[in-house]
Amino acid sequence: MSTQGMWSSGTGDTSGYGGIVRQPQWPVGEPPPYGGWMDGAVARLEELVEGSIDKVVYHRKELTIHIRREKLAQALQALRDDYGLRFEYCTSLSGVHYPQDSGAELHVVYQLQSMTHNRRLRVETSAPDADPHVPSAVPVYPAADWHEREAWDMFGIVFDGHPHLTRILMPDDWSGHPQRKDYPLGGIPIEFKGAKVPPAEQRRRYL
Amino acid sequence: MSTTPGTDFYAAPGAEYENAYDAAQAGDFEDIQRVQAERSDEVLVINMGPQHPSTHGVLRLMLECDGETVLSIRPGIGFLHTGIEKNMEYRTFTQGSAFVTRMDYVAPLFNEAAYVLSVERLLGVEDQIPRRAQEIRVLMMELCRIASHMVAFATSGLEIGALTVYMNGFREREMVLDFFEAVTGLRMNHEYFRPGGVANDLPENAMAQLHDVIDWLEKKIPEINQFCDDNPIFRGRMMNVAYMDLTACFALGITGPCLRSAGYPWDLRKQAPYCGYETYDFDVVTEESCDAYGRYKVRIRELWESLKIIRQAAQRLEASVGQPVMIDDPLLKWPSRLVVGPDGQGNSHEHVKHIMGESMEGLIHHFKTVSGGFAVPAGQAYVPIESPKGELGCHVVSDGGSHPYRVHMRDPGFNNLQAIPLLCEGGMIADIVVAIGSLDPVMGGVDR
Repeated sequence: MSTQGMWSSGTGDTSGYGGIVRQPQWPVGEPPPYGGWMDGAVARLEELVEGSIDKVVYHRKELTIHIRREKLAQALQALRDDYGLRFEYCTSLSGVHYPQDSGAELHVVYQLQSMTHNRRLRVETSAPDADPHVPSAVPVYPAADWHEREAWDMFGIVFDGHPHLTRILMPDDWSGHPQRKDYPLGGIPIEFKGAKVPPAEQRRRYL
Repeated sequence: MSTTPGTDFYAAPGAEYENAYDAAQAGDFEDIQRVQAERSDEVLVINMGPQHPSTHGVLRLMLECDGETVLSIRPGIGFLHTGIEKNMEYRTFTQGSAFVTRMDYVAPLFNEAAYVLSVERLLGVEDQIPRRAQEIRVLMMELCRIASHMVAFATSGLEIGALTVYMNGFREREMVLDFFEAVTGLRMNHEYFRPGGVANDLPENAMAQLHDVIDWLEKKIPEINQFCDDNPIFRGRMMNVAYMDLTACFALGITGPCLRSAGYPWDLRKQAPYCGYETYDFDVVTEESCDAYGRYKVRIRELWESLKIIRQAAQRLEASVGQPVMIDDPLLKWPSRLVVGPDGQGNSHEHVKHIMGESMEGLIHHFKTVSGGFAVPAGQAYVPIESPKGELGCHVVSDGGSHPYRVHMRDPGFNNLQAIPLLCEGGMIADIVVAIGSLDPVMGGVDR
């Protein structure tokens, strides 16, 4: 593309700001050993449910185990029931949409808590956008019920085996899943005296 | 657009309405009535809320009753959903504080704490937060816990007809809110905790006012005890109502006073200390009764533990006067000092003079920090804290930019409301409001 003018690169924007295209470098984490109970827990899970672990990320003193979705139900069962693991609480479950991560656009993140051992573990699994199915955690953790409904509502992730996967926060007849990255935020410009502030979605980012 | 039973196109793939329960979880009330009419038995279907005064805000409950006995109950939520999590993806990390504070509006400082602690962990600056900032955070959070518990007694008292408890609870809370106003400028929705510290130091007369608040609370908390503890009506309405034992709590992921009322001493301030809680001397309160009365007792005894922490924090704050309350990193800390001007607004004249008249670099720095924000390294973090209602955690994902990639708040009210069917089914209609009050959900936090 030929450059017109001094800064604008041919666009109407003469501010020198060309818009940011971000290519995130997700942390690969520190290599094992992670220290403490973590190495033992990872080894124990691999032993109980063979081939379940996709990768392990230890970052900012938090352990994340990425589990293949085919093995998720078994892995959660083992994490809850095994004497050495005992993650009795699934405190939180949330979806994250990574449109750039082709073949694994939709992630589900489980925050597990072991009260017996006072340990905390994050389990993450992913599903492609074309086949957004993840086994439900409700048979293992009944508390995941509403959290999974919210993840379905907001991201369109289908939890197979959930007793009643319906919308929970949005109205029943809503179309689309609002927290996906391809769902616009919307909004209108706000008018101040002598100036208009564009909606948040269209504002510039500098970093 | 109304949903047609049988073709429930948004509810779930392949799911169809089968009975009134299904309709009650997602559907128009006409559908529930129609299913009910077809069934033609004596079961009474009642819609309660979302504008019902006893459902603690915009909570909708759908009941099937036989006489006054609740056969089934399903909560419907989402009436206060404001898309806070989505909105935060379009603002800087600093602006995020202003959003999260509006979630659980009865305990706003806890939302901010969960959020800023997660952001700080992602930034990797957890160890660099000044001690005085952590002391202020602890002080403010414990005062906020008292205010939140006061609302819990007050509203659940109101709902069973105990108006005096309501008036007293709100009067005591008012004292705490006055202190918040003096420190943060706002009674609620403070945006006071920021990544890196707190927005501003305590004002000069804060400690004197704090001691007044402590004295007032010490005098007034026993009044609530006197009104409620041995009041036969209060006991009759609360005891053995909304029973939930430890097994049920574990199955449903219940935390906070509900879990402690089942005798399990789980408190994240002890189990996973943050903000230096490990250095404060306090006890975890438990009760064994597993009912609404037990939850009331846990809350009111926690007020005293909070006061204990507040007194220790006050002592430390008196010793640390003049120390910084914001991290010493020019890229993270807000460039301007806020000062209350003669017009009541907060811009510091000194700072404006500096950047507009004296220093080009100062202006550039101000612009970059305020408009651009700061970059947070890519990754994810989840820091749980003990809010007055239970575990409050914030899952923050950053892609390395100045805006969060995803923020999810694990609100204890959202999780705990799942226990409503377990607490109410088989009981009386009148006990529903007691059960909800004992869970103490705040719909702003539940729906986000």
